[in-house]
Amino acid sequence: MAHAEAHAAEAHAPQAFIWKYVFSKDHKVIGVQYYVTAMLMALIAGLLAMLIRLQVGFPEATWPTLGKLLPRGFSDGIMSPEFYAMLFTMHGTIMVFFVLSTAPVSGFGNVLIPLQVGWRDMAFPFLNALSYWTFLPGCIIILASFFVGAGAAAGGWTSYPPLSALQGAVPGSGTGQTLWIVGMVFFIASFTMGGLNFLTTILNLRTKGMSLTRLPLTMWAMLLVAVLGLLSFPSLVAGCILLLFDRHFGTSFYLPSGLILTNVPLLNPDGTPLHAGGSPLLWQHLFWFLGHPEVYILMLPALGFTSDILSTFCRKPIFGYKSMVGAMVSIGALSFLVWGHHMFVSGMNPYLGMAFAVFTMLIAVPSAVKVFNWLATLWGSRIQYRTPVFWALGVVSLFISGGLSGIWLGQSAVDIPLHDTYFVVAHFHLIMAGAALFGVFGATAYWFPKMFGRMMNETLGKAHFWFTFVAYYCTFFPMHYIGIAGHMRRIYASGRPIGYYEFLEPLQEINVFITRSALVLGASQLLFFVNFFWSAFKGPKASENPWNAAGLEWTTPSPPGHGNWPGEIPEVHRWPYDYSVPDAPKDFVPQTDPAPIGARAGGH
Amino acid sequence: MPAEALEDRAKETPTHSGGGRPESRCGAPGGDPGPGGTGILGDPALFGVCAFLGTVTMLFVGMTSAYMVRRASADWRPLAPPAILWLNTGALLASSAALEVARRRFRGWDLPAARTWVAVTGLLGALFVAGQYGAWRALAAQGIFLASNPHSSFFYVLTGLHGLHLLGGLAWFAAVASRLRRMTLTPGEDGLRLFAVYWHFLAGLWVYLLLVLFVL
Repeated sequence: MAHAEAHAAEAHAPQAFIWKYVFSKDHKVIGVQYYVTAMLMALIAGLLAMLIRLQVGFPEATWPTLGKLLPRGFSDGIMSPEFYAMLFTMHGTIMVFFVLSTAPVSGFGNVLIPLQVGWRDMAFPFLNALSYWTFLPGCIIILASFFVGAGAAAGGWTSYPPLSALQGAVPGSGTGQTLWIVGMVFFIASFTMGGLNFLTTILNLRTKGMSLTRLPLTMWAMLLVAVLGLLSFPSLVAGCILLLFDRHFGTSFYLPSGLILTNVPLLNPDGTPLHAGGSPLLWQHLFWFLGHPEVYILMLPALGFTSDILSTFCRKPIFGYKSMVGAMVSIGALSFLVWGHHMFVSGMNPYLGMAFAVFTMLIAVPSAVKVFNWLATLWGSRIQYRTPVFWALGVVSLFISGGLSGIWLGQSAVDIPLHDTYFVVAHFHLIMAGAALFGVFGATAYWFPKMFGRMMNETLGKAHFWFTFVAYYCTFFPMHYIGIAGHMRRIYASGRPIGYYEFLEPLQEINVFITRSALVLGASQLLFFVNFFWSAFKGPKASENPWNAAGLEWTTPSPPGHGNWPGEIPEVHRWPYDYSVPDAPKDFVPQTDPAPIGARAGGH
Repeated sequence: MPAEALEDRAKETPTHSGGGRPESRCGAPGGDPGPGGTGILGDPALFGVCAFLGTVTMLFVGMTSAYMVRRASADWRPLAPPAILWLNTGALLASSAALEVARRRFRGWDLPAARTWVAVTGLLGALFVAGQYGAWRALAAQGIFLASNPHSSFFYVLTGLHGLHLLGGLAWFAAVASRLRRMTLTPGEDGLRLFAVYWHFLAGLWVYLLLVLFVL
C-alpha cells in the first residue's frame, strides 16, 4: 500500500521548473535555497569585514579604487567614520541572523530533518515555502538599507537606543535603521514558521521505531533550536515594535528626557521635553533575552553536526549519547537565565550581576561534558581523514579556545574592564561565529551527496580547511591581547587625528597582522565557492552511502527524490551510531538493520 | 497568517503516505517506541497551532515585562478604562461561547444550527473589533493619544497587537465558514477544532490584557 502511495507521491512531484526549483514545497529544495542564500549573504558580510579590517589595520592609507566603487562611504579615498559604523553594524547583523542562524538551521535543518527522522517532507510544506519566501525579502530589505537615505543602520548589531531610537542621532539612524527593524521582523517571521515546522516534524512525524533516544544528535540540536527560537524571538519582536513606535510615533518606551541632539535639546513647541521617562535599558533586556538564546541557536546545530561527523569518521559510537542530549538541553535551558551577563556595565545591582554570573558559569558544565565526550569518542580511534572530520575537529578546537575566554567574560568582575574591548570580539568570533561557521562547512562536505548527489573535491576541501583554520586563529587569537591592553571595539581608526588614541599606538603592529590574516581568511573562502559550485555541477556522482555511515538519511538515494524514499519509509531498529560493532559483517550497522547486534539493537 | 497555512495542511499532504490523517500515519500503527502516536503528538496540525500560540504568548510576555518596567517610572499616569471595553469583553467571551455551541451542534450533525452559531461567532468577533476601535475613538475624544503618556502608549500598542491577531483570526474564520457552507468539513472530525483553539486563546489573552492594563 505504502509503496503505491510513494509512487503516487512521485507522480505528484511538480514538473515545471518554477514549481520544482523556485516555488517548491519540497524540504530539500527549500533547504538548499536557504543555504545558498545564506552563503551569498556570508560573502557580502565577509566583504564588509574586510573593509572593517582595512580601516583598523591601515588607518592612514587612502583607497582611491575603493572610493570609486563605494563613493558614499569614502571621501578622497578615506573611509568616513559613519560608513565604518555601518560596516560593523551590518557585518554583525547579517552574519548573526542572515548567515549563521540561517545556513545551519534553516538550511541543513530543512534538508536533514525529514531524512533523519524518516518522513516524506516537513509537517507543513506550504508554511515551509512561505518561510523561505519571507526570508528572501528580509535579506533584500537589509541589503537595500545601504542604498537609502543616509545609509544603513549604524548603531551596532544590538541597535541600542537612543542611537537606534532617535532618527537624527547618526546618519544611519534614519531610514537605514527603519529598514533594519523591518528586515528583522521579516527574518523573525520566517524563522518562526520554520521553527513550528521543525518542532512539529521532529516530535510528531517520525518513522516507525525512531524513538527520541534513537534520534541523531543533529536532530536533538534542531529540536532545541526550534524551541529556543520560538520562545526567545518574540521578545525581540516586542522590542522592535516598541522601538518603531518610539522612532515614528512619538512614544517614550526607551527614550528618557533631557536628550540633546547636535547641541539642540529635543523639546515640544511648548517647551516640555519631546520624550520623557523611557528606559534605554528596557531595550537591552528585551534584546538580550533573545540575544543569548540566539547564540545557542547558532551553535547547537554545529555541535550536533560535529557529534555525527566525529562518530562516522572515528568509526566509533558517539561517547555518552544521553549526556550529550542532557548537555544540549541544559545549555538551552540555561540560555534563558543568563542574558544579564551582556549588561554587567549597565549599572545593574551587583547581586543581580552575581546571579547572572553564576548561571553563566554553570553553562561551563554541560559544555565541558560535550568536549570530554568528543575527546572520548576520538580516544583510541583510527580517524578517517576526510574533509568533514577536519571541520569537526576545528569545531572542537574553537569550542574549547572560545569557551575558555567565556569563563573570563562570564564573571562580572573580569567583564567590567574587558567589556567592549577586542577581547569580547575575540571570544565570540572563536566560539559562536567560528564554531558555527566550521560546523556549516563540515556539514556541507558531509551531507553534500544528499543535497546535490555529488561529492565535493577532497583536495580543495582540505586546502580550504587548513587556510581557514590557520588564518582564523591568526585573525582572532591576537585580539585577546589587544583587548586586554584596552583596545576598544567599534572605534574608528587609531592612527588618524579623528579618533586618535595614543595608548593604542603600540598595538598597531598587531592590528596590521590581524588585518593581513583576515585578508588571507577572506581570500581562502574562494576555495570553498569554487569547490562548491564545481562539485555541485561537475563533481563525481555520489553513491547512496559514500561515508559508510549508519544514519537513516544514508538509506535514501543521493540525491533523494521527491518523497525521499522510493518505496516505503524504512523502519528503524537502532540508534545511528553503531560503528565497529563486534560480530557485525561490516564496520557499521545501518539504523534500518534489524539484526540483534550492537549496544542499542532490539526493542529499545 | 501561519495559522491558516497550518490548517490548510490537513487537505494538502500528498507527499507522505497516509494522506495526513493522524490515524493513518505511515508505518506507525501504534504501539511502537517511536513517534508519540496519541493525543496532541498524534495531531500535527493541532500541535503546530499550539506551538504557534506558545510563541504568541512569549510576545505578550515580552510586552508585559516591558509594561512592568515602564510602569515603575515616575511619569506614569494611570488611565481610566473607556466604559465600552466591558461591552467588548462581553462580546468576545460570548463569541467564544457561541463557537463552542456551534461545535457541539456540528458534532451532533445538526448542520443548520451549527451554521447559525458559527455566524453568531463571527458577528460577535467583528463586533469586538469595532468596539475596540470605538474605545480608541473614545480615548482620542478625551485628548488621550498614543504618545500622551506611557499608559496610553501601552494601551494603544497592546490593543492594536491583540486586534491584529484577532483580524487574522477573522480571516481564518471566513475560510472555516466558507468550508462549512461548501460542506467540505466532516462533522465527525470536527474541522472547527483548530480555529476554536486559536479563538479561545485570543479571548483568554484579551482578559489577561485587561487585567494587566487596568486591574493589576
